[in-house]
Amino acid sequence: MSHHREQLDISDPDGAEAIYRARGITKVYGEGPSAVHALRGVDLDVPPGELVVLLGPSGSGKSTLLNIMGGLDRATGGDLYFRDALISDYSDRRLTAYRRQHVGFVFQFYNLMPSLTARENVELVTEIAPAPMSADEALRLVDLDHRADHFPAELSGGEQQRVAIARAIAKKPTVLFCDEPTGALDSKTGVTVLRALQTLNRELGATTLIITHAAATAAMADRVINFADGAIREVVENDNPVDAEEVSW
Amino acid sequence: MTALSVLDRKVLRDLWRIKGQAVAIIFVIASGIALFEMSNNMIIALDETMRAYYERHRFADVFAPAKRAPKNVLSEIRNLEGVSDVEGRINGGGLATVPGVDAPISARVLSYDPDRVSPINRVFLTEGRMIRTTHPDEILLLRPFADAHGLEPGDSLAMTLNGAQREFVIAGLALSPEFIYALPPGEFVVDAGRFAVLWANVETMEAAYDLDGAFNEAVLTISRTAQVDSLIQSLDRLMAPYGATGAIARADQVSNKYLVEELKQLSTMTTVMTPIFLGVAIFLLNIVITRLVQTEREQIGLLKAFGYSNGDIGLHYLKFVLAIALGGALLGWLGGQYLGAVISEIYRLYFHFPFLLYGAEWSTVGGSILISASAASLGAYAAIRGAVVLSPAVAMRPPAPPNYARGTGLTEAMMRALDQPSRMILRRVARQPFRAGLTVLGVGAAMGLAVMMRFNFNATDYMLDVSFNVTDRSDVFVTFPEPVSGAAIHEIEKIDGVLYTEPFRSAPVVFRNERIEYLGAITGLPANPVLNRAVDSDLRNVPIRGDGIVLSEQLAELLSVNVGEAVTVSVKEGRRPTLELPVSGKVEALIGTPAYMTMDSLNRALKEPYRMSGAYLKIDPEQRTAVYEQLKSVPKVAGVSLRREAYHNFKEMIDQGPGTFRNIMAVFSIVIAAGVVYNAARIAFIERSHDLASLRVLGFTKIEAGYVLLGELALLTLLALPIGSLIGYGLWAYLAGALSTELYQIPTVYREDSLGQSAIVVLVAAVIAAAFVQRDINKLDIAAALKTRE
Repeated sequence: MSHHREQLDISDPDGAEAIYRARGITKVYGEGPSAVHALRGVDLDVPPGELVVLLGPSGSGKSTLLNIMGGLDRATGGDLYFRDALISDYSDRRLTAYRRQHVGFVFQFYNLMPSLTARENVELVTEIAPAPMSADEALRLVDLDHRADHFPAELSGGEQQRVAIARAIAKKPTVLFCDEPTGALDSKTGVTVLRALQTLNRELGATTLIITHAAATAAMADRVINFADGAIREVVENDNPVDAEEVSW
Repeated sequence: MTALSVLDRKVLRDLWRIKGQAVAIIFVIASGIALFEMSNNMIIALDETMRAYYERHRFADVFAPAKRAPKNVLSEIRNLEGVSDVEGRINGGGLATVPGVDAPISARVLSYDPDRVSPINRVFLTEGRMIRTTHPDEILLLRPFADAHGLEPGDSLAMTLNGAQREFVIAGLALSPEFIYALPPGEFVVDAGRFAVLWANVETMEAAYDLDGAFNEAVLTISRTAQVDSLIQSLDRLMAPYGATGAIARADQVSNKYLVEELKQLSTMTTVMTPIFLGVAIFLLNIVITRLVQTEREQIGLLKAFGYSNGDIGLHYLKFVLAIALGGALLGWLGGQYLGAVISEIYRLYFHFPFLLYGAEWSTVGGSILISASAASLGAYAAIRGAVVLSPAVAMRPPAPPNYARGTGLTEAMMRALDQPSRMILRRVARQPFRAGLTVLGVGAAMGLAVMMRFNFNATDYMLDVSFNVTDRSDVFVTFPEPVSGAAIHEIEKIDGVLYTEPFRSAPVVFRNERIEYLGAITGLPANPVLNRAVDSDLRNVPIRGDGIVLSEQLAELLSVNVGEAVTVSVKEGRRPTLELPVSGKVEALIGTPAYMTMDSLNRALKEPYRMSGAYLKIDPEQRTAVYEQLKSVPKVAGVSLRREAYHNFKEMIDQGPGTFRNIMAVFSIVIAAGVVYNAARIAFIERSHDLASLRVLGFTKIEAGYVLLGELALLTLLALPIGSLIGYGLWAYLAGALSTELYQIPTVYREDSLGQSAIVVLVAAVIAAAFVQRDINKLDIAAALKTRE
């Protein structure tokens, strides 16, 4: 494949300035009286390198915000900065490049390609990312190097999710978005996934945002954001995050 | 109006949801039905028109030519068993001279009694008035010929009849059931401007052809119960003393024969083509409904859990299928009516009817719907059955995830060379080989259709090339009304500008082998023919030597004789001998059912040494006009045929008539290719929107994501090209066999560039279909696609 690839030059000013700056983000689905307000004006600053947990009931807007920050969806109003780039104004093409270069995603339902092996699923990303780690290295980071040649159908749920994580981090993303990464897993398997995420956050320094229903997960976060009714209710900073193994639910 | 049931509303909404695919299938079905209707309507229209015309104008059942028969023989003929009416007439050849046309024009002149009430072969007067017995110089002229030269009633026409010049006045323009397909002598394609037919007063004709009180052709109508064969036998016996060359039945009359053959060919085309289209439609519906049922497993389970019966579920999906079938049937029916009318009009350029009984065939609406509905139900049967037998508990569990662990047959090293998206493509094809195979087959069918059409063109070109550049390389072909001595040939040789003259002898005969009889002719060729040769199927010159007869393969087969055996030949002219001739060889002819001998041995067998029926000429193109002019004054020349013109006419006819038909077919093959590719792509898109969304999330561009999907289709389309070529070969071989007739053999020749041209057609259709699906990929809502589980 040869394609024209958009090159983004988003500078990385060293320092503790926020990696994301959101101002007055709104998201409205539909029009008129039937319109649904998913986000009603969100202001948020995320410092780089943090592990952030987003809590809140279904429909509170946390997935919508994550999708917008990850470049999967567009805000109806407001400004969203990634470093000093106003990504809320980006074209489709630039959003694709932004995802390709900076963002890793992990979903509740893994979203692996059933026709590719674990290694190949990771290589799907390493082939198009500018400076990736090797697929085997990424799988080693999630303890799955011994399962690299297996197809998704031959892996357990937890293993599939760890392949998804390996795939997300293989490009050495600037940020990692995880939407209910443990939602489809039992608690024991869930902990192995959380540990993987925490390790990667600490070792790679990728800013990590995790949506979860399990409030206990908040204990491992540097910052906890509580959502309700399309807006942020509360932001709690946690100076002493615990290890993933100590999280219980 | 009663409100629709909820399930019926679901049918409508499902149809709307897959409207693109539904439209594609409707078009494929409609193409098949349209083709069927078009051909059927034409066949019905031409057949009914022909019958009505024959009936109203009392088209003769038997034609009995002779040299000179006294009129009192007619009453003897009338007494033969089965004869209901008989007329004697004078049928003569001649040459017409039209201002502005250098070349002499072959003409047929018939005596006609204007006062006779409802004569046999009554003409249809289209303009002007009937000839009058009081005006011996008045004639009726065949309408298409008059139109070709801008001749009108009141104009005069110069003729050479029996070597004498004569001026006639056109009283009226006419059509005749005898000349619906007005084929000039010695040619096999009509050319309105190159063949004149005239009707003149009986007395005028008697004087012109020295047949006072006599006739040279009896035309008969027979009773319904008459035995044609035995009647012809008694007729031939009765007429033999008067130089009869053998009576022919209506079935062998040239115009009628071509018309009937044409109807047969149309019918064959319909029989071959319709099932192909419907087969593809069945295949498409099968895929679409199978997919629909798969995605609705849970809904089906739920409906059953609520208490809907298996019958309700089956009926629900059947309605969905039948809605599509109905759409295809109606669209196809309408299209068929329209195309049928268009093509019928084109046919009227070659088949001259005074009227055309073409009407919308309402009676076939039901048939169209039935065919379409049957095909559609057949296509959906397995899928609907699957839905019906699904147990509710199973239905509500998602189907087992696909396992791609099975190998692709490619080695690890080969896989390594590919990027991940390409591996996804290969594994998917390997994972579902049956479905991939069906897609390949569907696209292959379209390719096959296109290939078949191109091969059809190739064969026609080949036939023309062989006929005009290999077997017959002459410029001019001259015929005499009866065999002439060498003196006549010398007269032609003497004409300035005639470079080479090659005489030939031809004799009308009945071939006989035990109980098999065939009316044909033997052609006697000179020792080393140059201009008109016998060639075999590999276009090699077949030398004709000795006293034996060389038969065309078709004739040998008809008579079931082999080389070394003998065939009985009853000659129908001159002394009318019956001969036993050894079959010394066989030759594969493309056109007609020729039989060859050397001119000398034929003449010897006929006991008429050094007689010729005509000659092939090579002329100096510079002196063409002068040659034509002098040919007109050579007495006894009955027909002059210009080969170059015949060649161009044939090409033109092919382009207009069959050409239009084939262009329609080409459009249909694009419809099939696009329909198959689009459906395959849409289904792949729906099934894999989740994967595509994931790829987009990972940062794949729209085009890169599209590659995974469309690359698979590209691969399948490419695989379909060679397979489609094979299908094309097969279809063409079959069709050529089915279309071959006594009049001409369709050669199964082909040219490789036809495959390329067909491939381009299919690829263009595939690209169009792919563009539609890429548009869907571009519009894919990533966030929404990922929220749902597979």
